Amino acid sequence: MAVESLRGAYGQTLLRLGRENPDLVVLDADLAKSTQTQVFAKEYAGRFIDMGLSEQDMVSTAAGIALTGKTVFASSFCAFLMGRVFDQVRQSVCYNQANVKLVGTHAGLGVGEDGATHQALEDVALARTLPGLTVIVPADAVETASAVEFAAATPGPFFIRLTRNNLTTFFGAEHRFVPGRAPVLRDGTDITLVAMGAMVEKAMQAAELLAADRVAAAVINFSSLKPLDGDTLLRYARQTGRVLTVEDHSVRGGLGGACAEFLAQHAPVPMTLMGMDDQFGRSGKPEDLYVHFKLSASDIAAAARRLLSRP
Amino acid sequence: MNERELAGLSEIARRLRIHIIRMISQAASGHPGGSLSAVEILTCLYFREMRIDPADPARADRDRFVLSKGHAAPVLYAALAERGFIPVSQLDTLRQASSSLQGHPHRLDTPGVDASTGSLGQGLSMAVGMAFGLRLRPAASPSRVFALIGDGESQEGQIWEAAMTAGFHRLANLCVFLDANDLQIDGRVSAIKDIAPIGEKWQAFRWRVHEIDGHDLRQISSSVAAFRRETEMPTLVIARTVKGKGVSFMEDNVNFHGQAPNARETETALQELGDGR
Repeated sequence: MAVESLRGAYGQTLLRLGRENPDLVVLDADLAKSTQTQVFAKEYAGRFIDMGLSEQDMVSTAAGIALTGKTVFASSFCAFLMGRVFDQVRQSVCYNQANVKLVGTHAGLGVGEDGATHQALEDVALARTLPGLTVIVPADAVETASAVEFAAATPGPFFIRLTRNNLTTFFGAEHRFVPGRAPVLRDGTDITLVAMGAMVEKAMQAAELLAADRVAAAVINFSSLKPLDGDTLLRYARQTGRVLTVEDHSVRGGLGGACAEFLAQHAPVPMTLMGMDDQFGRSGKPEDLYVHFKLSASDIAAAARRLLSRP
Repeated sequence: MNERELAGLSEIARRLRIHIIRMISQAASGHPGGSLSAVEILTCLYFREMRIDPADPARADRDRFVLSKGHAAPVLYAALAERGFIPVSQLDTLRQASSSLQGHPHRLDTPGVDASTGSLGQGLSMAVGMAFGLRLRPAASPSRVFALIGDGESQEGQIWEAAMTAGFHRLANLCVFLDANDLQIDGRVSAIKDIAPIGEKWQAFRWRVHEIDGHDLRQISSSVAAFRRETEMPTLVIARTVKGKGVSFMEDNVNFHGQAPNARETETALQELGDGR
């Protein structure tokens, strides 16, 4: 399967949407080359504002522009866009119900060598607490393009979390992101692996490893964190009786937290939450970090076996 | 501004002060000091300078106002009520659980409120965004953006990020009033973390700066007239004000930053303001 850039898909989609919608405005904070908003900037200089290194000002300014009737995309790394700017996202964007689409890139350990300061591991947890904020973590380039398109066409605040690294493309070009619907990438009856972002391809690899042991693992791409697809989660929790979540993010309040919150109320089943747990990341090659923090495909498969052996 | 108009606006300012005292007293909470200091500024904007329409609060070609120092909500609500955006009778519901008048302005609850504010510093960036957005229209909008910031608020880093953005991008359609009353919750602004020399700072950020007596309606109006002629840079008006202005025991008294007057104080305040006249 092809491996493609989510950021690249973001930039190309902005370019296309910019052609269709003259009221689309894009802001960045000195990371246009990294987030790929530069693609839009080159074509539509009059509707692109590089705010410089002022993320707080960027997000509140985005809200102000949106309140004059524009659709505004604002981008930076997740560590800054949600971490540094949480209060501005909360008040300027969400409380105002401003039509602002926050697209963060370089999420999680996948940032790699830049290390802990740049590895956002809390952004989804923060974003999930904000009223009216739709939270999306696409798993590949196709889903990224579709999610960006959906956000542009839907009034209200969005947070879309993208990776620095290229990821395996699972979806065909016809795939459409639907909020509150979690695509099932692989069916299974023994255990459910729920993954988001960069961990989706790891979960798919883990399912292959488990299949070799005659364990049938279902894999759900939980890209729509809010609204959450309770129906699919419930169906698979009942179908398999075991749920393992895996995320390049803190297990506290992120994907694992979201699934546990839901299942604890509606279908309590034994769960394992894989991800970062009360710790910062560190420098290293992304794949080495996933091994270091026990988030490789074989780690996921091993954790699944342990979960299956629990009474 | 002729004598007759001045007298009319002065009378409106007096009524706004009475509304402020009444609603905060009724709510038994709120921020009287920083509301009273901004009365003449809002009077001049809402009753003389801004192009707004109470019958159509969201019309696209309106001028915008952002109360960046959101805790002064009572003065904004008083102006909106007197101007016909909300019923005067609603002012009594300030801060009640069922009210549409939140402790800090919320645009989705109150007609005429252009931006929800409260966490300091953010309102100025939002006003900058509005100025950008209006300028981005295919046909340049004649609408202007006004904002009110506090001097304590000027200690927020975001104020200076926004100042740099507006100055650099020459947002000449933006006029910001600085309610310089020299008091913040913990004491004098000049003693806690002095923002002086404030005019020089804004000039260095490429803003046109005027300094006026913030209680002089003619000076406020003149500063807006100068702003209207401006084509090169955003305008900052340093409005020297007195916190708690108009009520003797509240004037320049830090204790009335965020404290409601009790029944006896309310009665005295309303008497001083000529309530019932």
